[in-house]
Amino acid sequence: MTSSLRYTLTRLLRLVLVLAAVAVVAFSLAKLSPIDPVDAYLGPDVARVGPEQRALIAEKWGLNQPPIEQFSHWARNLLSGDLGFSMTYNAPVAEVLASRVLASLPLMGLAWLLSGLLGFVLGILAGAYSGSLLDRVIRVYSFVLASTPTFWLAILLLVMFSVSLQWTPVCCAAPPGMLADEVSLWQRLHHLLLPLATLTLLGVAQIALHTRAKMVEIMQSDYALYARAQGASRLDIALRHGARNAALPALTVLFASIGELFGGSVLAEQVFAYPGLGRATVEAGIRGDIPLLLAITLFMTLLVSSGNMIADLLYRLVDPRMRQAETLEWSQP
Amino acid sequence: MNHAVAPQAMNSLVIRSNNRISTLMLTALGLGGILLVALGSVLIGDRGITMDFSARMLAPSWQHWFGTDQFGHDMLARTLHGLSLSLNVGLITAALSTAIAVVLAMLAATGGRWADAVVSFLIDTTLGLPHLMLLILIAFALGGGTTAVIIAVTLTHWPRLTRILRAEILQVRSAEYVQASRQFGKSWWYIGRHHLLPHLLPQTLVGFTLLFPHAILHEAALTFLGFGLEPGKPAIGTLLADSMRYLMAGNWWLGLFPGLGLLLLVLSFDAIGNGIRKLTDPRLSEV
Repeated sequence: MTSSLRYTLTRLLRLVLVLAAVAVVAFSLAKLSPIDPVDAYLGPDVARVGPEQRALIAEKWGLNQPPIEQFSHWARNLLSGDLGFSMTYNAPVAEVLASRVLASLPLMGLAWLLSGLLGFVLGILAGAYSGSLLDRVIRVYSFVLASTPTFWLAILLLVMFSVSLQWTPVCCAAPPGMLADEVSLWQRLHHLLLPLATLTLLGVAQIALHTRAKMVEIMQSDYALYARAQGASRLDIALRHGARNAALPALTVLFASIGELFGGSVLAEQVFAYPGLGRATVEAGIRGDIPLLLAITLFMTLLVSSGNMIADLLYRLVDPRMRQAETLEWSQP
Repeated sequence: MNHAVAPQAMNSLVIRSNNRISTLMLTALGLGGILLVALGSVLIGDRGITMDFSARMLAPSWQHWFGTDQFGHDMLARTLHGLSLSLNVGLITAALSTAIAVVLAMLAATGGRWADAVVSFLIDTTLGLPHLMLLILIAFALGGGTTAVIIAVTLTHWPRLTRILRAEILQVRSAEYVQASRQFGKSWWYIGRHHLLPHLLPQTLVGFTLLFPHAILHEAALTFLGFGLEPGKPAIGTLLADSMRYLMAGNWWLGLFPGLGLLLLVLSFDAIGNGIRKLTDPRLSEV
C-alpha cells in the first residue's frame, strides 16, 4: 500500500505542476492575442474615446506594465482568491463562474451519469450477445455517434423537436423574460431536455464500445466457459461475472471523459443558447474577456486533471499489472 | 480464413462472413468517398460560390439536391467545397501532428528518464485541459483564421498517438534483437532509425489516418464557434453556423446536409484507418 500512497502523492504533486504550467501557458496565449483588451472592452464606443482615455484604462488595468509583472500580479490575486473582473458580464469573475457552473452542473452532471449508465448497460448487452443483431445495432450506433459532430446532432434535435414537433423550447435555460426564482422545476427540465439528450446520445458511444470490448474478452475467458458448461445462460454470466469485471474499466473511461464532455457542452450550449459555462467560454473568447477565459481554463483544468488522475488511480486499482509495469519499464538498459 | 480452427470462433454462435473481404470493401468504400469529395470539389468549379437571387431558399429538389441558401447558393456544391476545405486542413494538421508524435515518442522512449518525464509532463498538461478549451485558447491567441486553426489543431492532437507509440517503442526496445544491437555498440540514434522506425511505420500510418477525423471534427467545431476559418469561406462549420439563423423558419436542409457530409467524410477515414489496422495486424483480422 505504501507504493500506492506514494503514487497518489506524486500524482497530486503533478496535478499542482500541471495547473501551474497551464496557468503560465494560458496567460501567455492570452497575452499573444492580437485582440486588444481595451478595444474589446470599448466595443462600438471605440471611435468616441481619445488616446488619453485609452491610456488611462490601460493604466488602471495594469496593461502598461511588462507581461511578467502582469502575470505575477494576476497569479498573486488568483492565490488570494481574487479572480478579477469580467467585462463581458460586468461582474466579478468569481460570481460569473459560480452562476455559470451552477447552470452547467445539472446539464453536465446528468449527461455524465446517464451516458455512463446507459453506455454500460448497452456495452454489457452487446458484449454478452456479441455477433447478434442487438450487438450489431449497438456497435453501428456507437461507431456512427462517435464520429458525429456534436453541434450537428444538436442542430438536428433542434430542428426535429423544437421546430417541427414543437415539443421543446427553441433556446435558453428558462422562458424568456422570466426571473430566475419564478421558473419552475418542470420548466427548467423542459429546457434542459434537448442539450442533455445531445450530450447523452454522444457520451453513450465511448462507454458502450469500451464495455463491449471488455465483455467480449470476459465471455471468452475460462471462467465464463466453465459457467456456461454448468448451464448458466449468457445473461447470467454477463450479470454475475461480467458486469463486475467490466465496471471498473467503464468507470475509468467515464472519469477520463470529462474533458470531452465539457467540449460537447460548449457546442451544445452554443446551439441551444443555454447560459452555462460553455457559452461563457465562447463569449469570453470572442469578446477578449481575458480574466474570465483564464478563470474558466483553470477551473476546467482542475476538473479534467482530477478526472484523469482518478481514472489512472482506478486503473491501478483494477489491474495490479499496471503497478508492476512501471517498476519494470526502466530497470532494463 | 478457416474459422473452424480458430479457438475464439468456437465460442461464437453465429457463422461470420469473410472478414477480410468485408474489411477490404469498407476500406475501399471509405477511399471512394474521399476521392469523390476531392474530385467533386474540383469539378464543380465556382458553383456554390456565385450568388443566384432567382433561386433563394429552395427546398431540396432534383435541380438542387441539397436545396439552396439565402443567397441562392447550391448547397450540394457548397457542402462539397466545405468538405474539400476540411480535407485540406485535415491533411496538413494530421501530418504535422503525427510528426510531432513520432519525434516525442522516440525522445521519450530512448532519451532516458528525464526526457521521458518531460514528454509525459507535456502529455499530461495537454490532456489536462479540455481539448476544445485548448483549441479555443490557441485560436484566440493567434486571432483566428485558417493558419490559427491549423496551428491549434496540430498542437493539440499529438498526445494520444505519442502515448501509443511510446508504449510500442518501449516494447521493441526490450526485444532481444535490439538488446543485441546495443551490445554491438550501436547508438540509440542508430537503433532508432534502423530498428524502431520501421517497426513503428504501420502504427504511425494507422494513427495518422485516425487522427484525420478528429482534426476535421475539431476544425469544424472551432469554425462553428466563430474562432476558426474566415466567415467568407464555405467551411462546414460556417455553413452550419449560418444555418442557425434560418432553422426556425423551417429551412431544415441548411442544417442537415453539410453535417451529414461531414459525418460521412469522418466515417470514411475511420473505415480506412480501421481497415489498415485490421489488414496489417493478423490478430485483429480474425475477430
